[in-house]
Amino acid sequence: MYPENFRYTKEHEWVRVDGDIGTMGITDHAQNELGDIVYVDLPKPGVKVSQGGTLGSVESVKAVSDIYAPVSGEILEINTALADAPEKVNGDPHGEAWFVKIKLSTPGEIDKLMSAADYQAYIGAEK
Amino acid sequence: MLACAFMAAATALRATPLNSVHRALGAKLVDFGGWEMPVQYSGIIDEHRTVRSGVGLFDVSHMGEIEIRGPEAGELADFATTNYARKLRVGQVHYAGLLYEHGGFVDDILVHKVAEDHYFLCVNASNQEKDFEHICALNRFNAAAEFVSDRYAQLAIQGPQARATLQKLTPCDLSAIRYYWFTDGTVAGTPARIAHTGYTGENGFEIYIPPAHAARIWNEVLCAGEEFGIRPCGLGARNTLRLEAAMALYGHEIDASITPLEAGLEWIVKLDKGEFSGRDVLLKQQQTGVRRRLAGFEMRGRGIAREGYEILVDGTPAGWVTSGSPSPTLNKNIGLCYLPAAQAQPGRTIQVVIRNQPVDAITVETPFYKRAK
Repeated sequence: MYPENFRYTKEHEWVRVDGDIGTMGITDHAQNELGDIVYVDLPKPGVKVSQGGTLGSVESVKAVSDIYAPVSGEILEINTALADAPEKVNGDPHGEAWFVKIKLSTPGEIDKLMSAADYQAYIGAEK
Repeated sequence: MLACAFMAAATALRATPLNSVHRALGAKLVDFGGWEMPVQYSGIIDEHRTVRSGVGLFDVSHMGEIEIRGPEAGELADFATTNYARKLRVGQVHYAGLLYEHGGFVDDILVHKVAEDHYFLCVNASNQEKDFEHICALNRFNAAAEFVSDRYAQLAIQGPQARATLQKLTPCDLSAIRYYWFTDGTVAGTPARIAHTGYTGENGFEIYIPPAHAARIWNEVLCAGEEFGIRPCGLGARNTLRLEAAMALYGHEIDASITPLEAGLEWIVKLDKGEFSGRDVLLKQQQTGVRRRLAGFEMRGRGIAREGYEILVDGTPAGWVTSGSPSPTLNKNIGLCYLPAAQAQPGRTIQVVIRNQPVDAITVETPFYKRAK
C-alpha cells in the first residue's frame, strides 16, 4: 500500500526522489480521510516552495485542506490532468495522481521524513 | 493537511443503536454534535446520487423526540412553536420553529398531531435537552411534555424508490399517506410511526421504531431495497441533499441569533394564531422589515464557498456564508448566505472571500434543486 521508495510527512504527503527531482502527492490515508476530492489547487511552475510551507490545497465535498511541501525547491511541473479529473486522487493517489515535481534545493531534507514503515505506524497510532 | 477534516471520533460520544452496524458496513464515523455518526459509507457523491436516482437509507436515530399530551396539548404546542399546531389534522405533520422570546431559534422541529390531545415532536439531536427544558418552562397549560428520545430509533428511507422499498415491509398503503402526513402501523412486523417526510428534497419516509429492533429493521430495509440499488447513506450526503433543497440546518442557517423571517421561513410563522414565544419580536420585524435575509448563490468563479466565509457586495463586507458545497446534482458550487435584505434578491453579483481571494458568485432562486412531481 505505501511504497518503500517514498518518504512521508506527518501531514500525509508523500515524495519520491529521483536524482535531484522530487515527485509529490498525498497519501492513500489522506484521500480516504478527505473523501470525494473535487479540486486540487497547485502552484505554477517556477514557484519556490520550502519544506513544511503551504504548496497548495485540496478540496473534498466536505472541506478544504492545505497541502504542504515535503521538500524545498522549485516547482518544475504540475500534474495538469488533476484540474479536469480531481477524482483521480481518490483512485490512484500514489501513482497517476501525483501533484507536482520539485527540483530539490536541499536534498538532505529528505532524511527528516518518515519511511513507509514509520508512516504506517504513525497513521495506525493516529486512529 | 487534515486539519479541516472531521475530527476522529472519540470514545465519550453518544451512539445510536446502529453504531455497530455502521462499523460493520465500513462507515467513516465522526463526531456530529456529540454523537458518533456515519458521515459516509461508499462516498458522499455516490450516496447523494443514489438518493436522487434510486433510494438511500439513513440512520437518524440521534434525532430527539418529545411528546406533548393532555387536554391543552394543542395550546402548549401553539404557545411554544411558530406554526399553528391546533390547525393540523390528526395524522398530519408540519415544520415549525421553537423560538426564544427575542425571536431567535431554540430549534427547528417537526410537529406530528397524533390525537387532539397528543402531539409528537421530532427535534435536532444536539438541541433536544434544551428544547425539552424550553417547552417545560413555557408550560402554563393543562398538558405535560415528556422527553422520549430513548424510546425511538429513526430511519430515513429517501429517494424515488423509497415507497416501493418500504411498501414491501408494511401492510400500510403508503400511497395513501400524503406528503407531510403520517400513520401508525408496522414495519417488518414491528410497531412503527411512518411519516411521509424527509430532509433530502426527494420523496421518502421517516420511520420511528423501537431501538431494540433498529438493527433488524435496518437490515430488512436494505434487503427490500436491494432490487432498486439501495445504499446506506451518511450525514455527508444528507447535508449536500438538504442544501440542494435549500432546507435550513440548525447551527448554520438558523440559530439563537436568527429569526424565521430572516431565514425566509415566514411560511412557518402564524402571527394571527395568538400569543407564542417570540411573537412580539416577529410582529415588529414584520412591520419594520428585516435587515438581513437568507439567499442562495452559485459560484461563478473557481472555488467552493464554505460556512463562515465573508461575502462582499460592491467590495464591502455585507454578509457571511452559512453553508456551501459542490452540488453533485447540478455540478455547480452552491451555497446559502446572509445578505442585507435589499441585496438578497436573485440575480445579484456578489463575491465570496475564499482563502483571502474574492471570487464572483451570483444570487439565485432557491431551492437549487426541485424534484420532478
